[in-house]
Amino acid sequence: MEEPALVLEGIRAGYGDFQALFDVGLRVTPGEAVGVVGPNGAGKTTLLRVISGMIRPTRGTARFGEVDIAATPAHELPASGIAHVPENRRLFPHLTVEENLKVGAFIPSARKRFAERSEYVFNLFPKMAQRRHQLAGTMSGGEQQMCAIGRALMSSPRILLLDEPSAGLAPIVVAQVFELVKRIRDEGLTVLIVEQNVAQVLRVVDRAYVLDAGRVVAEGASADLAADPAIRNSYLGGH
Amino acid sequence: MNLALAAFVLLLAAVPLLGTPDYFLHLGVTSMLMAVSGTGWAMMGRFGLVSLGHGAFIGTAAYVMAMLWNEVGVTPWLGLPIGVAAAMLLAFLLGYPCFRLRVVGHYFALVTLAAGEIVRLLIVALREHTGGSLGMTPRLAPDAPFLAMQFSKTGFWWMALLVWVFALLVWWWLDRSMASRALAAINEDQDAAASIGIHVTREKLRVTIISAGIAALGGALGAQYRLYLNPESLAGIGISLQIVFGAIAGGMYSMLGPSVGAVFTIGLEELLRVGFGTVFIGAAPFAYGILLVLFILFLPRGIVGFLLRKR
Repeated sequence: MEEPALVLEGIRAGYGDFQALFDVGLRVTPGEAVGVVGPNGAGKTTLLRVISGMIRPTRGTARFGEVDIAATPAHELPASGIAHVPENRRLFPHLTVEENLKVGAFIPSARKRFAERSEYVFNLFPKMAQRRHQLAGTMSGGEQQMCAIGRALMSSPRILLLDEPSAGLAPIVVAQVFELVKRIRDEGLTVLIVEQNVAQVLRVVDRAYVLDAGRVVAEGASADLAADPAIRNSYLGGH
Repeated sequence: MNLALAAFVLLLAAVPLLGTPDYFLHLGVTSMLMAVSGTGWAMMGRFGLVSLGHGAFIGTAAYVMAMLWNEVGVTPWLGLPIGVAAAMLLAFLLGYPCFRLRVVGHYFALVTLAAGEIVRLLIVALREHTGGSLGMTPRLAPDAPFLAMQFSKTGFWWMALLVWVFALLVWWWLDRSMASRALAAINEDQDAAASIGIHVTREKLRVTIISAGIAALGGALGAQYRLYLNPESLAGIGISLQIVFGAIAGGMYSMLGPSVGAVFTIGLEELLRVGFGTVFIGAAPFAYGILLVLFILFLPRGIVGFLLRKR
């Protein structure tokens, strides 16, 4: 089966009267790691929520391969290969690590491969194996982030959406999380990361889009963006 | 555990054969049927879907069954399943808009509370057919007691036992299914649950319909056993809250919790009735109120939850 590409064109979306995205276009080809960076309130999270079907765009098209994202209910998107690690992780805090992973494999295709997937996830995050019987809400922020990523990987996704994986984590833990993201993408999984931590994310992704006030203001290869003086001044704290 | 339970069920089945006095048989039948309704209620209650209107389902099933018998002559053997199906349909009609429009938590409890009252008022209003607030009696058929499902306490003891075991089996099956994990996830974070592929509306609706059906089965069979239907005791707030009290007291997170709670509730009721009689009318609701607060404060997982707590 050919791997599908994620293509967004002319997306407008918002909440009630408030419009958060203005004609945003984006493309993620299979095997690629792409970042969406920009300041607080730029619309990054809204963009991910459009891709995972949590909100509907008011205009524009969003497709993942053959799947029309805008016309598919959120709960059917995991079956088409989209896995979303939401902002603030959103684990099920009173379920154990193992139970969180189990519900991560809720869709029928994933249930069949449960043993294989949990072995993969435990291999990726050995700490999760040690903590499998611990309540997810009692772990540290970094461990919860790993667990959230693990839960998303349980569904055997073809694209992994990560929303601010560094939020609220200590710098050393942020580095560990990005190290893992790097490993996941090196294994060939398509990844789309939304981040405020621009410097960190540009080290992990191939390409990035810069989102500001709901519009794409720049895009390009990570190395080029990181070297661009305008970008450095605006988003990297300028050096 | 399962072996012990099976032995206990066999023991219960033998009780009527041991010359047990009718009074205790009566208490046993009432407790078992109440346990069925409580177990049904807890199937959804344990996932944060708190219904304060399960009387709506019990009343619907009981009256459909009794009216089919009295007015059309349909045997309760058919009328009971038809009544239960009607209750499940009502659960669907009530649940679908609620879950679709994300009516959750307290708001859902209020909607169900209203539903219980609406069914009670409907029964009162349709007095031509239901006897209104005076209640109704299924037509007696001494010549065909089996067809009319009108038999002795012993017969009802075995039927109640059968239905109780059935309710426990449904609980056991549900507990092992993926649906129960999905519901636990929904209870914690509805959006996150949807994002991993859980159809939130469908999962909630399914457990609500099953819960309503089981509760209605116990309640309607109880009406058939007493051969008397009354809107106050089958629909409305009274019965709905009694079910909730039993399930919380016994513990809604364990399979046997609501059953222990039912025995506790019925026992308490009898104790108060024998102890105070007519001297202190309203003693039972008063005691329920105080005990409910105490249980929620000190034994939030109920009697069984307390006994099973991790050492």
